[in-house]
Amino acid sequence: MSNPTRRAFLRSMGLLTIGFSLPFSDAEDLPGSLKKTPNINAWLEVLASGKVRVFTGKIELGQGIRTAIAQMAAEELYLPMHQVEVIMADTERSPNETYTAGSASIENSAIAVRYAAATARATLLQRAAQQFETDIEKLTLKNGFVQYRKQRKSFSELLNGQQLSGEVKMPVSLKPKRMYELVGKAIHRSEIEKMVKAESWYVQDLRFPGMIHARISRPPSYDSRLEFLDEKALRKQFPGLQKVVVKGSFVGIMGADEFEVMQAQQWLKDHARWSVGTSLPAPKDLVTYLKSLPGETKSITKRGTLSSNATWKARYIKPYLMHGSIGPSCAVAWYQDGKLQIWTHSQGVYPLREALHKMLDLPLELIHVQGVAGSGCYGHNGADDVAAEAALLAMTVPGIPVRLQWSREEEHAWEPYGSAMVFEVEARLDTQGRIQEWNYELWSDTHSTRPGGNPENLLPARYLEKPFLPKQNLEVNGGMVRNSEPYYALPNLAVTAHRFSGPLRVSALRSLGGYGNVFAIECFMDELAEKARKDPFEFRLMHLEDTRAIAVVEKLREILSKEKNAPGEGVGIGFARYKNTAAYCAVAARVRVIQRSMQVIKLWAVIDAGEIINRDGIINQTEGGMIQSASWTIKEQVKFDTRQPITRDWYSYPIFRMSEIPEVAVHVIDQPNEKPLGAGEAVQGPTAAALANAYYQASGGRLRELPLLLSSYREQSQKEN
Amino acid sequence: MKTTLQLRVNGISHSLTIDPDTPLLYVLRNQLQLNGPKYGCGLQQCGACMVLLDGKAHPSCMIAVDVVKNQEITTLEGISSGNTLHPLQQAFIDEQAAQCGYCVNGMLVSAVSVLKESPHPDEKTIREGLERVLCRCGTQARFLRAIKRVIR
Ligand code: FES
Ligand code: FES
Repeated sequence: MSNPTRRAFLRSMGLLTIGFSLPFSDAEDLPGSLKKTPNINAWLEVLASGKVRVFTGKIELGQGIRTAIAQMAAEELYLPMHQVEVIMADTERSPNETYTAGSASIENSAIAVRYAAATARATLLQRAAQQFETDIEKLTLKNGFVQYRKQRKSFSELLNGQQLSGEVKMPVSLKPKRMYELVGKAIHRSEIEKMVKAESWYVQDLRFPGMIHARISRPPSYDSRLEFLDEKALRKQFPGLQKVVVKGSFVGIMGADEFEVMQAQQWLKDHARWSVGTSLPAPKDLVTYLKSLPGETKSITKRGTLSSNATWKARYIKPYLMHGSIGPSCAVAWYQDGKLQIWTHSQGVYPLREALHKMLDLPLELIHVQGVAGSGCYGHNGADDVAAEAALLAMTVPGIPVRLQWSREEEHAWEPYGSAMVFEVEARLDTQGRIQEWNYELWSDTHSTRPGGNPENLLPARYLEKPFLPKQNLEVNGGMVRNSEPYYALPNLAVTAHRFSGPLRVSALRSLGGYGNVFAIECFMDELAEKARKDPFEFRLMHLEDTRAIAVVEKLREILSKEKNAPGEGVGIGFARYKNTAAYCAVAARVRVIQRSMQVIKLWAVIDAGEIINRDGIINQTEGGMIQSASWTIKEQVKFDTRQPITRDWYSYPIFRMSEIPEVAVHVIDQPNEKPLGAGEAVQGPTAAALANAYYQASGGRLRELPLLLSSYREQSQKEN
Repeated sequence: MKTTLQLRVNGISHSLTIDPDTPLLYVLRNQLQLNGPKYGCGLQQCGACMVLLDGKAHPSCMIAVDVVKNQEITTLEGISSGNTLHPLQQAFIDEQAAQCGYCVNGMLVSAVSVLKESPHPDEKTIREGLERVLCRCGTQARFLRAIKRVIR
């Protein structure tokens, strides 16, 4: 039997091969981001005011990580929540934790803070014992003071105003869980108060004296080049413009009056002349086209033997999807005394700084990138691009802060989408209705083109005189195969991935390939259950071995056992363990099918994300994830013609509105003795499958292509003809 | 192009010298430095920029400031009374009704408008009143819960 941790690790990397086992001793390894940054004072500081300031390289995206991190620190230091302040991603203050992504912030950052705070507590107690000339056991810790009999000293008194030094070293003794007062509870997120009171919170709310507004003139297609721009006519029309910047085909304008700059941007849209650029393929049959593109083919998993006489086959399709942040991307940049400062809602301030350093040819230490909350992004949207554009423009007006706000159209048309994917699966059942063979193939573009220190992934860099062009890469990578291996015990299994480089700009969208893979796998499980004449719950349980997986599925079954469907309604389910190593999640959906339309009535989720840090945080993320995934699944699809994406506003790319929102219910299973796991992406895939399976239950129609509304329309029209 | 006009926002009159065609949103955010109304689409499609015009919710991103100069404009900043939060604001905190919170302005302002029309609306009326406001984080279920908490 191979070591479970190592096995889980390999499985999540899509590299699991059987009969392969490595010794894996992590008993004394530092947890999470402490591996890279072990210094205590990188993670926390004691302030003279009695507060403790915690640093994290992660950024708040609405997922509640700020509060979870504060809870961890407050708990270990026996502090009330309001005595902990959290500084988020900032290249001059926070540790470098690269990206806030992959639901990994709890596992890496919050855990690092927990161990750093526990180490700090031990050090503070030791100091107090020395200073009070007593034993540690005789001390008590409360509200930032260490008390001994009638005397007490604050943390900062104990340190004589200095900071904690030294590194976190294992083993660290953590506060016993039975004494927890904060962790595991539904602690309020203090920023919600700011939001409802309209206090300044977002990057969009930053205002500096003398700040000017910028806009970009966009080409008509991805690789058009600027041919002619009549700057004189532009300036005549808009005398308030302070600066027109043309660097190759990168065109920016700036001025004090935002509305005037916006009108100038519109004028440029009509008057600047661009080359036509390479045309996009807008094939009638996108699937055949994508499958025909060249790229690497790679075996992800293979075990047992496949007989090539599979009994059941199906093909599933997922279109391009957009992040669709409600607030389009925005950044402020200020170039002053040779130093460049950027305020951004990027998910990775350090990698962005690195990429900017290369794009601008400005030394790293002269660039300061500070993370500020933005509108929810759900992955890699326009955040890094807009920051790079603001930087380019600010460098041309030293001393003046520049604010660049993308328009709705820019966000819709230029963000890197979540890739379209195709899945083909075939299986054979044995006489007991168990899956004997499973052969799965997927086709996808990449799911990450984050800057990662490379300017070619920053949109404006492509248009400079000396452009940084994205490198052609046709390798199969981790994001596309995420969750491509079913979490079921299947004796004979093959998973193969094919990479293509598709027509549209793509990158990381919440759960990456996991959404599509789980959709395909869990729909097919439902189809197989029917062939095997098994109930969908029973069929999944027959193939699950992990007790935690079994527990979430059984809990969902229990919840649903009390439910009754009205006529026209059906309930479907879906299950996955995110990345096959993170949170376990089972989802049920009830839909009503009326004529050509479908309505989502209710969604239920059961989730096990290990130790609960903030109960309400998990519930909030899971409710929101289900609703968002339902919107993707039912309605959404990026469309394009031979020049450009044509879904450029909320009418052409509709998402769920209030009248379409289902009721949601989330049940969280607490595992206080397990590792805490991120919960933000676990529900995306299972929800999609649950909806398609519910549609089948309600109407008898099997929809294998997303978005479901479109396929159901197609299916119904075919029936009628 | 620029003219001087009077604008009443949250009970205070402001004299502004401005292009009268400027959509109200930019005047509120830039000249008056308010954070409540937000830019989301500029197309009256998402509701992020919602304000109350004479007590009724309306997007501020397309309507010219000149058109509303004789109206009573209320932003999210103006719905509380002094230090006491509006019951809806309090309910949003109590229900923790936000993820990124970018849409919260539109949701709250629209909800205030709904409750002004009918203090005990049914679910359908609430949903209709919030239909113009988009939320990408999927927090709508919480917004509904928060509003129902107030009308109970
Ligand atoms: S910004 Fe006004 S409706 Fe979207
Ligand atoms: S809470 Fe993020 S858009 Fe609504």
